Amino acid sequence: MSHFTPVSALFGGLLIGLAASLLLWLNGRIAGVSGVVGGLLARHAGEWPWRLLFLLGLVLGALGYSLFNPNPNPTPARATFPVPLLLLAGLLTGYGTSLANGCTSGHGVCGLARLSWRSLAATATFLIVAMATTYLVRHVLGITT
Amino acid sequence: MSEQTSWRLAAASLLSGTVFGGGLALAQITAPRKVLDFLDVSGAWDPSLLFVLGAAVLFSGANFHWILRRAAPLLDTRFHLPLGTRIDSPLLAGSALFGVGWGLAGYCPGPAIASLGFGNPEALWLLPAMVLGMALQRVQSRRRTSVSNTPCDA
Repeated sequence: MSHFTPVSALFGGLLIGLAASLLLWLNGRIAGVSGVVGGLLARHAGEWPWRLLFLLGLVLGALGYSLFNPNPNPTPARATFPVPLLLLAGLLTGYGTSLANGCTSGHGVCGLARLSWRSLAATATFLIVAMATTYLVRHVLGITT
Repeated sequence: MSEQTSWRLAAASLLSGTVFGGGLALAQITAPRKVLDFLDVSGAWDPSLLFVLGAAVLFSGANFHWILRRAAPLLDTRFHLPLGTRIDSPLLAGSALFGVGWGLAGYCPGPAIASLGFGNPEALWLLPAMVLGMALQRVQSRRRTSVSNTPCDA
């Protein structure tokens, strides 16, 4: 069970907000991760360098954090989470975010920051459905890894 | 777009992505258990992620307000903003499907990619499946419309 960590949560959130602000201010783009990935599948000429480097940055940022922090992942990795569930979750996440044109970052952060009703509807929907799904997985199916 | 502009955009993206990835790691959204403990409101609820989302939205919202009053971003000739405003069934169905995926395993796209920085083995299963899901949806919508409409980024 993880513990409430309000301070790192607030500062982490500020960094995410800063990153989204930088991308809009400098490049005029929305920092929506599913949109950035999806755009790579579309292969617009000249659009892939910034997308690829943004995604590389995500990895480097997490790597950098883990190098400077002795305990980067206080909630340790799950040893036995079922692989079929990971695959199903990945498929649904990819298909769903592509259909809805956004995920937690595009709709949940940037969309709400732009006061978009569309993004508010998306965010409310995936939050409520995710909560119901987690309830089902943990308390009905009894999968708690 | 000139070569130099493209290079500048890419450098700025690397900066933004790195800050984003650091934020995700610091906020521990890269830890699926932490995410599921937030989504599991009936358990020993961990509200941390509400603070993450709240801080991110308020801070970027305050910044977006002045950024979008500019005529153009610093390194490009115009803003590239999503044009859609309709709350339609693809939006809601897609978000619901994503919600199921998120609630199943505890990963949304950004943290799943960032967690590669920790060498997270779960991401090696989840991410290829996610890209496959995106490709499937694109193929399907291309077939349905035949007109190639470019989806927006949010």
